[in-house]
Amino acid sequence: MTSTAGVESRILRAPHPVPGAPDNWKRFFSFNTDAKVIGIQYIATALFFLLVGGLLAMIMRGELITPEADLVDRTVYNGLYTMHGTIMLFLFIFPVLNGLNNLLIPCMIGAPDMAFPKLNAAAFWLVPVFGVILMASFLVPGGPASSGWWSYPPVSLQNPLGHLINGEALWILAVALSGISSIMGAVNFVTTILRMRAPGMTLTRMPIFCWTAFSAQTIQLIGLPALTGGAVMLLFDLVVGTSFYRPEGGGDPVLYQHFFWFYSHPAVYVIILPVFGVFSELFPVYARKPLFGYPFVAGASLVIVGLSLIVWVHHMFPSGVPQWMRDAFMVTTMLIAVPTGIKVFAWLATLWGGKLRLNTAMLFALGGLFNFVFAGVTGIMLATVPVDIHVNNTYFVVGHFHYVIYGAATMGVYAAIYHWFPKFTGHMYYEGLGKLHFLLTFIGTNLNFFPMHPLGLMGMPRRVSSYDPEFAFWNVIASLGAFLLGVSIIPFLLNLVSSWVRGAKSPANPWNAIGLEWLLPSPPPAENFEDHVPTVISGPYGYGTGRPLVEHQDEIERALLQA
Amino acid sequence: MTISPPLDAAAPSPEGHEAVHANYSLTGFIIFLCSESVIFLAFFSGYAVLKLSALQWLPPGVEGLEWRTPLLYTVVLVSSSGTVALAEHFLSRGQLWGFRAFWLLSMAMGAVFLYGQAIEWRSLDFGITSGSFGSCFYLLTGFHGLHVLSGILLMALMLQRSFRPANYAAGEQGVIATSLFWHFVDVIWVLLFLLLYAWS
Repeated sequence: MTSTAGVESRILRAPHPVPGAPDNWKRFFSFNTDAKVIGIQYIATALFFLLVGGLLAMIMRGELITPEADLVDRTVYNGLYTMHGTIMLFLFIFPVLNGLNNLLIPCMIGAPDMAFPKLNAAAFWLVPVFGVILMASFLVPGGPASSGWWSYPPVSLQNPLGHLINGEALWILAVALSGISSIMGAVNFVTTILRMRAPGMTLTRMPIFCWTAFSAQTIQLIGLPALTGGAVMLLFDLVVGTSFYRPEGGGDPVLYQHFFWFYSHPAVYVIILPVFGVFSELFPVYARKPLFGYPFVAGASLVIVGLSLIVWVHHMFPSGVPQWMRDAFMVTTMLIAVPTGIKVFAWLATLWGGKLRLNTAMLFALGGLFNFVFAGVTGIMLATVPVDIHVNNTYFVVGHFHYVIYGAATMGVYAAIYHWFPKFTGHMYYEGLGKLHFLLTFIGTNLNFFPMHPLGLMGMPRRVSSYDPEFAFWNVIASLGAFLLGVSIIPFLLNLVSSWVRGAKSPANPWNAIGLEWLLPSPPPAENFEDHVPTVISGPYGYGTGRPLVEHQDEIERALLQA
Repeated sequence: MTISPPLDAAAPSPEGHEAVHANYSLTGFIIFLCSESVIFLAFFSGYAVLKLSALQWLPPGVEGLEWRTPLLYTVVLVSSSGTVALAEHFLSRGQLWGFRAFWLLSMAMGAVFLYGQAIEWRSLDFGITSGSFGSCFYLLTGFHGLHVLSGILLMALMLQRSFRPANYAAGEQGVIATSLFWHFVDVIWVLLFLLLYAWS
């Protein structure tokens, strides 16, 4: 069989659903095993919870627009920030990234699907399950968990009303289920990347997004079990009355902090690494230049994995750890700036002298990079023990964290959604609405999160609903920024829905990008290339070099154009 | 057009859609086992930290753990790794009945270990709420016991599959995975025995 015939037969059948699955919108509400359906399920679920978590944030910023605690009760406020953090991490950012992984990894490496499609679907369906459990904690007596998203004992062990089913227990259950879902996903992604690459696609020819996803999922596999183990002990302490963390029975509350941060610090690399992958994919496309220093960008991901596992104590500098630990972990934390810096310079060198095309996706990527560099600078400050102890538990930490998670990671996710939207829906998005979304997001992010830095340096503590009037100026600005961010979601969702329903049809390769996913029709058929996987003959990002990526590339592109 | 080796093996077969995907279960299972071992590492390190920093480790009135009977059950569990290997040896030579006999023997040895564990739990005069020591002891042995139970259930599943005609003709990833799991559970127990009984 010639390659052209194979490609044509795929295109004629595209897009067709997995046999037995409904061929319409209903497939998104079924136990579908197609990675591309699951990817969209993940992203849609995550965006729903972004709205929920965002609403909680708006209420908090509404409270903080005046120094007095006048909008909500103080105990409610405790629940608000706890649930905001938990929802945004476990129900927004992790699921949305797993959605991108599902859409992109199989297509980018030329695999028909994930290695374990049923496990994949099961991992997704756990997300709404623990989402409902977490939401249900708003309804139980005593309200939701209120001890912060990290649930440190002894605060988290209090259970003042004495009910067996309380907000904290539901919180632990939800986090444990989230961990199980993420482990199932991680086993799947790692196996898929290791075993299902297209012929000729050696590891050194793999797109950077796959490298970063592989690195991030490796962290999940190493770190999550430690958090799960720690959470099981917390649950036993809370429900059964054991003494792992209860000082009165000989337990050690700081032990929990070790378990928690052993996972939860690397977790931010689980979040940011795929976003580094998105930057590395987008900059070459929109600058029309090969990625600068591919082997270093790929290798830096693995270095980050290694270092991320030995930095967790920097969250515990004021927790009574010995001085040698503070010193050692300060050094390892600062070392992370090296591989990260390698990546940032590689992106700058990629952009340098490039023919930039500033569409929405590229704007979000550039904005995300800008915010990331800012967050990196404050990160180095926080890694320094004396600074950290000074600003510990102040808004400086909150500001740093939100620059990473919203400014860099979420903006990177937006960039990815816009960039690959035509590929996976078959429709172009509206550029005007997209740019409006970018403008509101970029201004809103900086208005919202920059003021937190001066506030922190002035000494405003986090997790309080009332504050000294001297902090009012910056808080008003931050609140206005937060409301702007809330507004920014409107053009985004409007764009997604309307362009999917009635946007212009997208060609197979609207951005003239190089990569296996762009050699598939838009949207790609179930099973992608199936058994007609093209043979990869050169590395990725061959922009301006004229080298074809795969054998018979001309014929495949011609077939795609004719279809 | 060339087709990659992994995808070649996954070429569409008349059996239906599911068969399109090659079987990567073993790769996935090994990755899962590596990940699972971190939970035990977390528990082990938590145990070590609590024990090393404790002012009074054993609950009042408890002298220490009796180690002779548990050692006996340890020998039973560890030697079941050998019988599992024997069973696999018979399977690789196509002798299904030899496989079934030694497989069943391994399951029985696992069950004996669990029985011994239950007897020990009933005889102890401290509970899971008796300070950090009690919490750690029951959590570690209980979590490991759950793994032994899962191993026995997995083995039962593989045993039942061996009665499907020609099911194991071309080797079976499930059997390899189960035996890996069993060896894993055994190694964990040896470490656990050293931590709980030998280190006092």
